[in-house]
Amino acid sequence: MIAAVQTSPEVFEQTFLLVRARILEIAATLDRLDRAEAAESVRSDPRFRQIQQGLEILLSDGFHRAAQIQEIFSDQYDPTWMKKYLTTGERPALSPSVPH
Amino acid sequence: MYYIDPHIHMVSRVTDDYERIARMGCVAVSEPAFWAGFDRGSVDGFRDYFRQLTEFEPKRAGWSGIQHYTWLCINAKEAENVELSREVIKMIPEFINKPGVLGIGEIGLNKNTKNESIIFQEHVQLAMQLDELILIHTPHLQDKLKGTRMIIDMLMSDRRVQPERVLIDHVEEHTVGLAKEEGFWCAMTLYPITKCTPSRAADIIEAYGDDRIMVNSAGDWGPSNPIAVPDFIQELRRRGHPESKIKKIVYDNPLEFFRQCKRFEFTPPDTLSDNSEVIEPQKV
Repeated sequence: MIAAVQTSPEVFEQTFLLVRARILEIAATLDRLDRAEAAESVRSDPRFRQIQQGLEILLSDGFHRAAQIQEIFSDQYDPTWMKKYLTTGERPALSPSVPH
Repeated sequence: MYYIDPHIHMVSRVTDDYERIARMGCVAVSEPAFWAGFDRGSVDGFRDYFRQLTEFEPKRAGWSGIQHYTWLCINAKEAENVELSREVIKMIPEFINKPGVLGIGEIGLNKNTKNESIIFQEHVQLAMQLDELILIHTPHLQDKLKGTRMIIDMLMSDRRVQPERVLIDHVEEHTVGLAKEEGFWCAMTLYPITKCTPSRAADIIEAYGDDRIMVNSAGDWGPSNPIAVPDFIQELRRRGHPESKIKKIVYDNPLEFFRQCKRFEFTPPDTLSDNSEVIEPQKV
């Protein structure tokens, strides 16, 4: 880690209007979704739940909100994936043309 | 400030972009082989592409005084065609010793499929056989975390792989730690919507340090900004970071990684003499 050069109040002064603008953009987008027809179908879309979870993380404390939100929007990792790929029988054999 | 864009697809950009990035301080680019926007139909299609990367692009970059380097592979999107992929991998040695070729890349995963995994491993095997550097593409959006972990699983299961000779690209907040903890180099891509913004990339630098990390524009035929690296430089300056630290990320680090390639030759801009030959573009 390298130290941030700016103090927190300096960062806040520089980013306040930007953060305000981005919150307003999200709020207006959510309003637009609710205003449009068939809003219920969007609320049942799993991606909408991801957005709700992301917004909940914004209200939490800590240093890793961005990484946590990234993980919400990520597929599950299966640590046994390699074994499964090897045992399905669908996996093509390694090429004989390339030394292994 | 002089900088290097270590990942940009200049075949998709116009000559004016070379001129623009040169005026912004770019002195070198490295161009990984990638997807053309459509699946190529034959190995000869790739042979022509590799000729473009190794013969014409260095010349076109030179018109703006930029040093051009490249990487060779068949990208993950086309790896579903295993038969074609193997033909391309077999053909790569024809080009690997051309001047400016840095290694095998950008290989990786796209949708994290079996075929992509097998072709990824065969590229790695070729790199190990030829003692080449590797540049790795990690998947987009929801596939990225899973794909990055799969890629690291495959690399770590091969004892021949030296992490310091591998660059894992397109890292973001949730994947940068995975790459750095295992000793790999990594890079952040600055894109307008997906991947990183200059401010998020600066945050990642502040959180994870400036060792073994670089930034690139990955400018290509889609929404992208070939002068994104100068935007990152400006963001770090605005935050008050010293010039030496910024230079390390955008100039020294790419050079340190590239210098591991036995063919790598680089002329620092400060050493160019006043009598350096200027190669003018040929009249059409």
